[in-house]
Amino acid sequence: MNLLEQKFTPETWPEHPETYTQEGKNKFIGFWLFLAGETVLFASLFATYLALKDSVPNSDHALAADIYSLELVFIMTAILLTSSLTSVYAIYHMRNYNFKQMQLWFFITVLLGLSFLALEIYEFTHYVYEYSFTFGSSAFSSAYYTLVGTHGAHVCFGLGWITALIIRNQKRGLNLYNAPKYYVASLYWHFIDLVWVFIFSVVYLMGMLG
Amino acid sequence: MSTIAVRKSFLSTVWEYLTTVDHKKIAHLYLGAGGFFFLLGGLEALFIRIQLMKPQNNFVNEQLFNELMTMHGTTMIFLAAMPLLFAYMNAVVPLQIGARDVAFPFLNALGFWLFFWGGIFLNLSWFLGGAPDAGWTSYASLSLASEGHGIDFYTLGIQISGFGTLMSGINFLATIITMRAPGMSFMRMPLFTWTTFIASSLILMAFPPLTISVFYLIFDRLFNSAIFDVTLGGNTIIWEHFFWIFGHPEVYILILPAFGIFSEIIPTFSRKRLFGYSSMVFATILIGFLGFMVWAHHMFTTGLGNVANAIFAVATMAIAVPTGIKIFNWLLTMWGGSIKITVPMIWALGFIPSFVMGGVTGVMQGIAPLDYQLHDTYFIVAHFHYVIIGGVVFAIFAAAHFYWPKMFGKMLSEKLGYVTFAFFFVGFHMTFFVQHFLGLMGMPRRVATFLPGQGLDLYNFISSLGAILMTIGVIVLLVNIVITSMSKQQVANDPWGDGRTIEWALPSPPPYYNFKQLPLVRGQDTWWLEKMEGNKELPPAEPLQDIHMPKGSILPFFIALGLFIAGFGAMYNPLNQVGDGHPMGTVVLIFGLAMTFGTMLLRSLRDDLGYYIPKEELEDDDAKGGKVS
Ligand code: HEM
Ligand SMILES: [Cu+2]
Repeated sequence: MNLLEQKFTPETWPEHPETYTQEGKNKFIGFWLFLAGETVLFASLFATYLALKDSVPNSDHALAADIYSLELVFIMTAILLTSSLTSVYAIYHMRNYNFKQMQLWFFITVLLGLSFLALEIYEFTHYVYEYSFTFGSSAFSSAYYTLVGTHGAHVCFGLGWITALIIRNQKRGLNLYNAPKYYVASLYWHFIDLVWVFIFSVVYLMGMLG
Repeated sequence: MSTIAVRKSFLSTVWEYLTTVDHKKIAHLYLGAGGFFFLLGGLEALFIRIQLMKPQNNFVNEQLFNELMTMHGTTMIFLAAMPLLFAYMNAVVPLQIGARDVAFPFLNALGFWLFFWGGIFLNLSWFLGGAPDAGWTSYASLSLASEGHGIDFYTLGIQISGFGTLMSGINFLATIITMRAPGMSFMRMPLFTWTTFIASSLILMAFPPLTISVFYLIFDRLFNSAIFDVTLGGNTIIWEHFFWIFGHPEVYILILPAFGIFSEIIPTFSRKRLFGYSSMVFATILIGFLGFMVWAHHMFTTGLGNVANAIFAVATMAIAVPTGIKIFNWLLTMWGGSIKITVPMIWALGFIPSFVMGGVTGVMQGIAPLDYQLHDTYFIVAHFHYVIIGGVVFAIFAAAHFYWPKMFGKMLSEKLGYVTFAFFFVGFHMTFFVQHFLGLMGMPRRVATFLPGQGLDLYNFISSLGAILMTIGVIVLLVNIVITSMSKQQVANDPWGDGRTIEWALPSPPPYYNFKQLPLVRGQDTWWLEKMEGNKELPPAEPLQDIHMPKGSILPFFIALGLFIAGFGAMYNPLNQVGDGHPMGTVVLIFGLAMTFGTMLLRSLRDDLGYYIPKEELEDDDAKGGKVS
């Protein structure tokens, strides 16, 4: 009798399962509000980064144009954008009540996210060992690592979240209780992606070009 | 479960409050904890005024004075005023919109526990090497150089309780958007709900910049980063900007709900609908919007340049316009009404002139060239106490009397209420009116003492006497609360007789599910409207059916506790600039974070489907939600 645990077929499955129940609607609205707050959070980080860019103690310290490598960042961008696409596929399958496919595409999303993270860790260690560009070496480096690192932490959290959803629901399939959860997790993933697009252009492109 | 009083053991009551997700109980928690911090902050204020009672006093030394002054401001803003307002929001807003609970009951509890542990963390500084000493604004240029861990208690404590505030803000926004009863359109919402809505959106937009700047200060002091370190290219003005981008909206986060409270009380006791409802709503939104455009009026003397100062001066003065609209609307609500003087109403009547005085000095400070003279003097102290005490604290006291019967089923004593008002009102003006002149004579704020023979002695003495009168007023209120709690009264739904909004249609206190059947809202001042048509209850919007309820949970308590523990780990990690770090610090940090995220994971893995109250049980329940008993 509990709507949340009811079993469905592709025919009876509602068109927008994520907002079908009151709980789902609340999650949907609440999560968008949360993302609005996150937007202000990242805006603050970007503002600080721009204010402190290339602000270093002496001329020996590396500057933006010295260290960024566009090839690496370009690959990272491509990977993360692809992962956004795969999460769209996953949600598409959720709407069609195709649980197996949804899990598969979320799994691929996680794999892509992991490879992004691996490249980011490589990037950071490269900066530290090649250029002595550490968290505390200058105001510029602090602002850089806080901005890009906060994004990285969000990626980590998102990966943990989606993985937990995949494992938790593996046995029982889709219902109106977990559909909104998958949906907001994918929203979160898109948001992370969008932030990266800004990091790519504001930090890396502008860092290389001007 | 029936409402027949069952005598519960003390421990089971404690457990109930630790695990509750019911907005009415969370309101009690906020009231209790916020009230405790209010008393603590008040005690600190009293010590400050004793020190300044006469020139070159030695009641406290300079260091302790700085700590008292910092903790007073921080406690009052973050741990007293905001939580006390949250208490009333939790108690009243879901009822006012005809909802059974908030959108996210679990998050609501989590928000409280984060605030609670953050507040405890901050105050433990008194026992662990000294409290923060750089003012509630904690400018980085000063706080980076502060010795010991005081500032770290400030940053970490604010951060933990700030997360809680952010969650509560999101929760109220979502609740008001999605949980309104049928017929409760936005333009029928009571003003307290409206102001909660706008204040919550200010929280959502203003807290993230604070979070970020506080992180920077944590990182700079504890993890070696260099955002504010000028020798490594840093810039401390960044802190000032972020702090005030948060700080000015923060003062509106406080005052808007206070405006909402008075917008409920004044029509109730004028027995007349609020004058200019839609202009009130419009003014609230406009104030919220302009609140983000004026932060640099706190930085006129920082040296941003004349153009910036001029722009921010004009924007600042513009805020006085919607505020004025509100003042006139309240006056016109009373005009021609049949006014009944009660304790809440007397606070409202005291509020209007007091707050106007604070507004006037605000506009004076908004004139940038004049502010060069006023800045960092006692004039500023007078200004913000006129708006914060004359506005926010008066509203908190008014609401305590107004909503006490709804929250606890008992009326606070009217007589003692007037005594509290008399002492507090007179004491307040005595304390702060003279501070305007102290400021104009050049007495700087935040300085531990002053020299004799400069014409400052008398006014400082009067000011300190006023503080004692306010203390007496608060003590009388406490006595009132104790006496009332021990009395055996039980009030009916609408104890003031003139209630206008939905909460007064419910029993006092309401049953745990609020509404047996969700009400149908037929217009503004919903309950008044039904009363005028001779109805004894609100019309139902749904047939009697099973009610879905959320389950209680202890997890919010532990999620918040994890961050509290992690805070100590961060503070004593080996990289900290004080130099007393220990590898165990890192271990504790990781343990605390693991506790927080692990508990969150647990919450996510275990289904929380809630439970149903069967229809049959509701039928024999004698507390009829939404009906006169
Ligand atoms: C008509 C509306 C208002 C105007 C034009 C105004 C203007 C100002 C200005 C220009 C300052 C900075 C003065 C200086 O430091 O040199 C100031 C300080 C302050 N105002 Fe207001 N204000 C207004 C309303 C309020 C309200 C409603 C509150 C709180 C509920 C408030 C709380 C404060 C606080 C706390 C400070 C001092 C902060 C500090 O330096 O510690 N103000 N106000
Ligand atoms: Cu301001």
